[in-house]
Parts: sequence; C-alpha cells; structure tokens
Amino acid sequence: MPTVEDDWTKDEKIGAESLTPFGSCPIPIFDHKRILLGHGSGGKLTADLIDKIFLPSFRNSALEKRDDQAVVTIGKARLAFTTDSFVVTPIFFPGGDIGRLAIHGTVNDLAMSGARPLYLSAAFILEEGLAIEDLRRVVESMRAAAAEASVQLVTGDTKVVNRGKGDQIFITTTGIGVIDDNINISADRARPGDKIILSGYIGDHGMTIMSQREGLEFESAIESDCAALHGLVAVMIATRSSANDFIHTLRDPTRGGVATTLNEIAKHANVGMVVDERKIPVRESVKGACEVLGLDPLYVANEGKLLALIAPEMAGDVLAQMRGHRLGRDAAIIGEVVESHPGMVLMKTEIGGTRVLDVMFGEQLPRIC
Amino acid sequence: MKYLDEYRNGDIAAKIVAEMRRVQTRPWVLMEVCGGQTHSIVKNGLDHLLPEGVELVHGPGCPVCVTPLEMIDKAHAIARSPDVIFCSFGDMLRVPGSDGDLFSIKSMGGDVRIVYSPLDCLKIARANPENQVVFFAIGFETTAPANAMLAWRAREEKVTNLSLLVSHVLVPPALEAILSAPNNRVQGFLGPGHVCAVMGYNEYEPISSRYHVPIVITGFEPIDILEGTLMTIKQLEQGRATVENQYSRILDRRGNLPAQQLIAKVFEVGDRKWRGIGSIPMSGYHLRDEFLRYDAEKIFDVAEIATQEPKICISGEILRGLRKPHDCPAFGTLCNPQHPLGATMVSAEGACAAYYAYGRHLNPPGGDNLHQIAAGPSEREAAVQSPEERVYSHANR
Amino acid sequence: MCLAIPGKVVDTYDQRGLRMAKVEFGGIVREACLEYVPETQIGEYVLVHVGFAISRIDEAEAERTYQALKELDQLTELESPTVEEMAETGEPASPAWRNGGGLRE
Repeated sequence: MPTVEDDWTKDEKIGAESLTPFGSCPIPIFDHKRILLGHGSGGKLTADLIDKIFLPSFRNSALEKRDDQAVVTIGKARLAFTTDSFVVTPIFFPGGDIGRLAIHGTVNDLAMSGARPLYLSAAFILEEGLAIEDLRRVVESMRAAAAEASVQLVTGDTKVVNRGKGDQIFITTTGIGVIDDNINISADRARPGDKIILSGYIGDHGMTIMSQREGLEFESAIESDCAALHGLVAVMIATRSSANDFIHTLRDPTRGGVATTLNEIAKHANVGMVVDERKIPVRESVKGACEVLGLDPLYVANEGKLLALIAPEMAGDVLAQMRGHRLGRDAAIIGEVVESHPGMVLMKTEIGGTRVLDVMFGEQLPRIC
Repeated sequence: MKYLDEYRNGDIAAKIVAEMRRVQTRPWVLMEVCGGQTHSIVKNGLDHLLPEGVELVHGPGCPVCVTPLEMIDKAHAIARSPDVIFCSFGDMLRVPGSDGDLFSIKSMGGDVRIVYSPLDCLKIARANPENQVVFFAIGFETTAPANAMLAWRAREEKVTNLSLLVSHVLVPPALEAILSAPNNRVQGFLGPGHVCAVMGYNEYEPISSRYHVPIVITGFEPIDILEGTLMTIKQLEQGRATVENQYSRILDRRGNLPAQQLIAKVFEVGDRKWRGIGSIPMSGYHLRDEFLRYDAEKIFDVAEIATQEPKICISGEILRGLRKPHDCPAFGTLCNPQHPLGATMVSAEGACAAYYAYGRHLNPPGGDNLHQIAAGPSEREAAVQSPEERVYSHANR
Repeated sequence: MCLAIPGKVVDTYDQRGLRMAKVEFGGIVREACLEYVPETQIGEYVLVHVGFAISRIDEAEAERTYQALKELDQLTELESPTVEEMAETGEPASPAWRNGGGLRE
C-alpha cells in the first residue's frame, strides 16, 4: 500500500511555520527584466508598465485619468484625443482586417467619451516583402471604414523595415473628436443604482482571431464584430434631447473582455457591480469554441460592442433606442452598479450561485485542465 | 450545447439541493478529486449552495499544481536549449520554475509553442527537420492516451527529431496517500470522471472497501457535481461505502480498453514526486525502455536541481484537504495567481487560484483580511496573456 | 483537470492510418482522433479531450438519468439497496432515482 514518505513531518513543520507573520521570510519577487507578450495584453502587466515606466515620465492630469482617450480643452472647444497601434495577425480575418480595425478602434475610443469623431491620422510600418496588393486591400478597407464612420483620414506616414523586423503591417492611428457642451461621460460618473447595458453578443472578435491561430484552428461561422460605435452612441444620447447626463459611463470591452472592462470602471469609480450570467448574450458558436479551448467569453476581446452605465430611470428608454439601431439589436441590461463591495464585480451564475468576476482570471490560454 | 447546457439548469440544481437537505442529518466532509471539478464548483458558486454541514475540500487533482519543481526546471532548461522547439499545453506556460517561466524563456528567444493536441507536435517535427521538438507530456490518466499516441506514432512514422518530457501522475495512489494520513478528515470522495472514462473505476473498489469510504465517480458540470455530492451523502447517511457511477452517460466500470492497451504499451508505472506532497511510490507513468529514444529526460542533459518551496506556503495541506486557502496568511496578498508561492496558486485549477478568482468575496472563517483581499492585488503584479497571438495596444489603458 | 467536452461527430475519415473525425461543438467544428472509439458513427456524440475522443456518450442513459433528476422532488420514499441485491449483481446498486435497468455495466 503506497504511503507518503519522509515529507510528512516536513510538511507538518511547514504548517507550523505558516502561523508566523509573513515578511519575516525572504521570498524572491518575480520581477520582469524584459518585455513579455503579456505586457501588451491590456491587463495587469500593461497597467504595471504604465505605472512604472510611462506615467512617471509623462505626468499630467489628462494622462492620469487613464481613459481610452484624453479630453483636452483648447479655447472653448472640448476635444477628445486618442492614439492606438494595431499589430494583429493575421492581417485579414473573417469579418475584417487590420485596416478596418484601425479605423473603427480609434473612432470607438473617441466615441466612448461622447465625442463626435472627426479626423484621423494613420502611420504605417511596412515589412520589406509585403505584397503591394495586400497593402492596397488594407488601405481600401480603411477608406470604406472611414466613410462608414464619417471621419476623414487627413494625414499619414509610411516607413519600411527590414524583412523579419515587422510582422507585415503595423498601423498607428491618432484621432480627434469634439465633445458637445452638455456631454459628460467618464468612468468616475458611475453611481450605485446605475444599470449596466451591454450592446450585444460577446467574444466574436477574439474567437475569430483564435480560430485562425496555428494549431488551434477550427471551422466556424464566427466573424469579427469590428464596427464603429459612434452612431449607436449618438442614438443613445438622443434618447432625451435635454438634460442628457443620464449616460454616466461608456467603455468598449476590447482586450480583456467585458470582465476586465467592468473591473476597470469599478476600481476607478470605487463602486461595486453585480451582473447576471444569464443575461449576457453569447453566440452558440463562440460558446462552443470557448468550451473546447477552456476559455471564458467574458475575457475575450470585442471590437464592436460597448458597455454603458445608465441612470436607472432612463435605462429602459436607452435600451429601446439601442435595439432600434443596427449595432444594438441584441442589447441587454446585464446588471447594475451597487454600493457594497466597492471595486469588486460579482456575478450571479446560471446555476444560482455567486462568484467574483476578476480582471483576466488566471491564464486565458487554451487549457487541458 | 447538447450534453452541456442542460447540466447547468438552476431548477434541477435546486431540486438536488432540496433532496440533500432532506436526507442529511449530520455534517460530512467530502473531497472532489479533480482540479476541473474544483474549478466548476468555485466558478459556479456551488459550495455555497450546499446545505450547512456539507463541506467540500479540494483534492490534488491538478497535474499542473502537482508537477514537481525539478520537472519544471528541466522543462525550462530544455526550452532554453538552442534549436529546440518546446511544445506544451497552455496550462504550463506561466508556471514559475526556479528562474522564470516559459513565457520569459520565449521573450529571450526560446521557441515555445502552445499545442492543443499532442499530435500537433508530429506536424511541427515534420515541418522543422533541423530542430528538436520536445513535448511536455503532463497530465493524469485522462491525458495519457493522447500522450501515448504521440510516442507511438512517432515511432511508427520513424520521426527522429521528437521527444517527450513525461510527468504523468495517477489518481488512486494519491487517494490512498490522503486516506492513510493520520489527520485525514475526508469521509467521501467525488471521483475523477474523466480519468475513469479512460481507466474505468475498478481500481477504486479496493480503496473504498479498505478505508470504508464512498467514492462516487462524478462529472464536471454543476448538475453532475451536485448529483455526485447527493449520492455520496446518501451513502454516508446509510452507512454504506461503495463505488458508484454518477457519470454513467460517459463511462462504465471497465473504461476505455483500446486506450488502456496503448497506455500499457508505451508507459510503465513508477514512483513520482508530487509538488506539495512528496514522493508517492508507483504513482506515475514513465516511458518504457522501447521508447527510450523518445524520452527527453534521457536525451537532454538535465541535471537534478535542488529546490525549496517558500516556507510560508501551505499547499501541501490544502492538496490533502487539511486546510483551506483562507487559512493561509499569504492568501490573496503575498500569494496570488500572478505571484504564486506554491502549487495550489500556480495553476488555474488549483484550489487557491480558484478561490482567489471566484470565491474571495465570501467571508472566510475569521476573515478580516477580506478587505485586504477586496482591495485588490499589489502593484507588482503580472498580467496574463490574452488569447490573441499578437495584440494591439492601447497606449493609454 | 481533464477538460473534456461533448460534441457531435459530423464526419469520419482516415488520415495517415489514424481514424479521425470532424466533431461539432455548438456550431464550431474541430478535428479529433477517433482511434480510441473507432466504432463511432456519424451523428453520435463523443467526449473530446486534447483532440482525442475518449468516450462515446450513451444517449439513452443520459436521457434516463436526466429525466430521473427532473422528477427528484416527486420521490416520496427512498429505497436503500439491500445487501442481497448488491451481492446478486456484484455491482453497487444505484440510488432510488436511478432505479431500474439501463445502468451501464
């Protein structure tokens, strides 16, 4: 009969020692000396990099708000100003491409402050050897996307790097928009009682990219949901023509998914949140793909969805407005902001239990366990 | 999704819990063996749906958690070797060894690749004849048929640039180790559903009768776990101790015979060290001599490295169901998923990681570190990789 | 451990001498190796772990046991299996709501 040898007594001693106050043991800290892929994931590592490297050098009040866009005032005009880089691979995928993503991603960052997006710039870093036809396709896609969003690409730049030093195309954009006087949308306006509205199905974009990934391929009808959201935001604002301060917060749940984004808002505004798993729309195919790979749709990126925190008395009307718009047909109230457990997001599960919805739980890597 | 959605039905869950309340007359301590079951319990908030007096403690069924530090260090040493393409399941990528993890090795130029199926390694080996492809073959018995097939096919197809680093562990010896411990509290087990789909459950019968404990082979969905718990409680209330099969739509007593046959051709049973527990005799698989040329431990010069777990970590006791994550003074503060001190926080399936992610809002016994935990993790935390291979950055996030 | 998901076999074929299948999971289709359940037919459900089908789902058993759970609150008394019953079959008897035949061997 197998028994555990030797280590029993050692473990018992360990048990005893754990009662001593920690801080007395020299525990090696896991510090990073080099950039990892995880630093670009938009989660805690990225935040760490911002805190340690970027903020200390570039300190100012706009930057410290850490929104997706900066709101700056020039004369009487309030401008939203944002920048983004796009390095997605593959550059063409079902439902979109890197160009379309670049335009819509930037438009959305502006739209989340309630701004009317107006002008974009685009800088291209091209890898030696890229097919010009591919570049043409990407640029044509950007043209169409800009027209859809009624924005103009007014300036740009092109650089070429040696083969092997750049993954086909990298695109960096900046965007400028104008915020009307009576609009005040930001994370710190979140209030207990606010209803949380999600504009539609989640996980489409991230799982589309995953489906193209070597070794993890699967056949599916999943397409990226890449879309410009400023039109949807406009109809939401138009729910009531006067006193339109009922939209407190808007965020698009890109990398890190709905869960990460809700947590960011909760921590920033120091409020709690409760959401209901059964109310969250997920397509069968996205669910299937997530089940197989062991991923959670709540942490998968979206490129054409928004989360809105709305004053409770207006939530029903705003929802109706959203459902009347192409990009909000499947919108749903998924939860609300609460006073208790500030900074923490809880979820009522399908089976009737409750769990914490953390920022990017564990490994959002395909798992076998 | 068929055979999944219906096992998440809240009404049926309520019925099972009501039945539990009806039959239960005194407190019972049960253990679910699999990390996947732990994950499901905490993710669905199941343990707080159970009646008072039914306590679930979490077992050592997480191959990531129990892979010894020496094996992780060997994996890392091999991954650092030039011309090696190191292939692994996603679970192992962030497990820290004595010096970094597979991600940091990748950042320094190591060719580390995630695979979904072990057979992918054959494709990689064929496509890269100049490289040595090494596959980190971890898992319990569930994964053994897949890993065995890789070794078998490599030999059949005469692939010469492929090898496996094997760290397989077996469940029955672990259960015996838990049950034979002097301070064992566990009175009944939810047995490992997918392990038994492969191996059958006849190995559990002698354990059940020797220690007089009910073992109910249980699935992974919330309804499965609740039904398995109910069946175990009923046995305990009736003073019975047998092996029962809750997961009968998936498995039977004999298991999958073709899988067992191939496992026996490729692997042999031997001693294995378990992180957090120690060495358990005859508790793992090693490649048979006929597969020596596919054994990465023999091919690569990977010397034993002496390792020491941080003293504060109580993983060993958690893995044996003696303590809960909340009992640990480092839980949620010094020790968290991004900066794990021990086995049970290292893996997404480990009890500590699961509690941290899902359950920490609930009041731990005597827990006045709740606010500390709720305040969130410390500054020095690492983020985790998102699913996309290349991610686009938002500079202001 | 052991993330394994049920899916429906929509195609079977041979690849380099291995029996393979296309399996559908809620609308997506992935390849899986069928070597361990070679008798599986198109339309049947299998349990897939790391690209390998390790078991076929017994649909009748699934239906029976699920139905029994739905009726759980209608049971008014519980039957304990007698010692004789257990000795006779050599198998652990199932609880009352799983009563009757069809218990997988």
